[in-house]
Amino acid sequence: MHIDKDLVAASATPMVLAILAEGESYGYAILRRVRELSGGELEWTDGMLYPLLHRLRRLGYVTTEWRTPPEGRRRKYYAITGDGRAALAEHQRQWATVTRALRDLWGGHGLLPAIPGGV
Amino acid sequence: METQISEWRAYVSRSPAVDGADVDELEAHLRDQIDELRTAGLSADEAVLVAVKRMGDVDSLSREFAREHRGRLWKQLVLRGEDEPARDAGDWRTMLVVAVAAAVTIHLVRLAAGFPEELPAWLVRNAGLFVLPFLATYFGLRRGLGARQWLLAATPFVVAALLVNLYPWRADSDTELLVAAHLPVALWFAVAYPYMGGSLRSREARMDFVRFTGEWVIYYVLIALGGGVLMGLTMAILEPIGPELAEHVIVWVLPAGVVGAAIVAAWLVESKQQVVENMAPVLTMIFTPLFAVMLTVAALTYALTGAGGAFDRELLGTFDALLVVVLGLVLYAMSARDPMRPPGPMDRVQLVAIAAALVLDLMVLGTMVVRIGDLGFTPNRTAALGLNLVLLVNLAAAAWLLLRFLRGQLTFHRLERWQTGYLPVFAGWAAAVVALLPLAFAFT
Repeated sequence: MHIDKDLVAASATPMVLAILAEGESYGYAILRRVRELSGGELEWTDGMLYPLLHRLRRLGYVTTEWRTPPEGRRRKYYAITGDGRAALAEHQRQWATVTRALRDLWGGHGLLPAIPGGV
Repeated sequence: METQISEWRAYVSRSPAVDGADVDELEAHLRDQIDELRTAGLSADEAVLVAVKRMGDVDSLSREFAREHRGRLWKQLVLRGEDEPARDAGDWRTMLVVAVAAAVTIHLVRLAAGFPEELPAWLVRNAGLFVLPFLATYFGLRRGLGARQWLLAATPFVVAALLVNLYPWRADSDTELLVAAHLPVALWFAVAYPYMGGSLRSREARMDFVRFTGEWVIYYVLIALGGGVLMGLTMAILEPIGPELAEHVIVWVLPAGVVGAAIVAAWLVESKQQVVENMAPVLTMIFTPLFAVMLTVAALTYALTGAGGAFDRELLGTFDALLVVVLGLVLYAMSARDPMRPPGPMDRVQLVAIAAALVLDLMVLGTMVVRIGDLGFTPNRTAALGLNLVLLVNLAAAAWLLLRFLRGQLTFHRLERWQTGYLPVFAGWAAAVVALLPLAFAFT
C-alpha cells in the first residue's frame, strides 16, 4: 500500500511527539519505531526527520542533548517537554475528530466506503 | 567504507543550511543504518549504498534544512524553491527596468509640480506613492505573482491614492502632514504582500520581511553616503564651469537617485552579492551596549531631576523616535540571532536597554497624559500618543518575554512569534492615521 505523501507529512509531527512521549530517543531509533508501528507501510525518507526534529526544538516541544552511551556512538537525544505534551494532546484531539468523522461515513467497521449513488 | 562515508559527509556539508552539528547527527544515523544492514547480511558497499539512498537525495534534504533554518541561509544565499532555475542573469534587468520607471515617474511628477521652485501640498502628501508601488512591482515580478495576487497587491496602493487625493484638505492642515509621514510606513507593509509571494500567513516569511527591512535600510544608507560623495565632487568639479550647470545636474540626478536607490537596495538584499555579509549582528553588537548605557543614564537623570522640568510639547515625538530606535535594535538583534543559542550577556544588555527606555517613556507619558487632559487633543498629539502606546505595548511585552527567556522559562521562538505577530498592529496604526485621523479632525 502506498500512503499519500501529504498524509505522511501531516501525521509526522504527532507521530514523533507520541514516540518521544514514550521516552527520550534519537533520530535513528525514532525512525525504526515508526517502521515497526506501521508494519513498514509508513516510509519516510530518513533525512527528512531531522529538519522536523529541529523545528520541534525551535518551537520548544523537545529538548536535545548530545550523549555517548557506554556502548555505542555519540548521538543527539530528544526528550519531550510540557509544551510538547500539550501540542501532542491538541494533535490527538484533531486526529480523533477526523478519524471519527471518517469512521461514521464509512460504516463504522473500517469497511470500504459506501459511495452514495454507486453500484 | 570510511572513504565513502566521508565523501558523503563532505557532500552534505556543502549546503550552507546544514551546519557541522547537523552533519554529525546525520552521520550517526547513517552509521546506525549501515550497522543494522550489515548485521542483516549485506556487504559493506551494499550497506552504504542502501543507507545513503534511504537518507534521501541531498538536494531535497538541504532544501528541507533550509526551510527550517532560514536564518543560516539568509547569510549565504537566496532561498530557491523546488526546481526553480537560478535567475541571477535575468534578474538585474527586471531591477533596472523598474528602477528606471521609478526615476522617470519622479521626474514627470517633479515637472508637473514645478519642484524645487514650488512645493505644492499634493506633492508632499503623495510622497509615499512615488516609490513604493515600484518596489511592490519589483517583488511582484520577481516572485511571479498570479493575476489575483497582483490585484490584491495593488489594492492598498489604489485605496491610499484615492483617500489621500479625494479628502477635502483644509489649507495648512496638520492632518495632511501626518498623512504624508505615515503613508510611506503603511505602504511599506503593503510591500510585504508581494515580498512574501502573495501570502501573509507564514511567520517565518514575516521574519524574512523584517530581516529584509533591516538589510534594506543598511544598503540604502550606504548607497546614499556614496551618492552624497559623488554629488559633492561633481558639484565641486562643475562649479568653475558654470553654477547653473551644477544646479541642473542636482535637479536631474538627485531625485532619480533617491527613488532608484530604493529599488537597487532591494535588489542587493535579494541577490546577496555578499558585499555586506550580514551587517545586522555587527551593528547590534556595537549599538546595543551604547544605547543601554545612554538610556540608563538618562532614566536616572530624569528620575532625579523630575521629568516635568524638561517637558515640552515636542518631547513625545523625541521619545517616539527613541522607542523606534530601540525596537529597531531589538529586531536587528533578533534577525541576526540563532534562535537555538542559549541566553547570553548580549540578551541581558538588551533587556537593560529596553527597560531603561520603558522607564523613561513612562515618565514622559505620565506628564503628557496630564497635559492632554488640560489642553485637549490635537492631530499631532493624538498621532504621537498613539504611536507611543503602540510601541510601548510592543516593547513592554518584548521585555517581559526576554526576561522569561533569560530565566529559561521559554524558547526564543516565543519572542519571534510576538514580534512577527505584532507587525499587523504597526501596519494597522499607520493605516489608521492615514485613513481615519483626517476624518476625526475634519481635515484640519
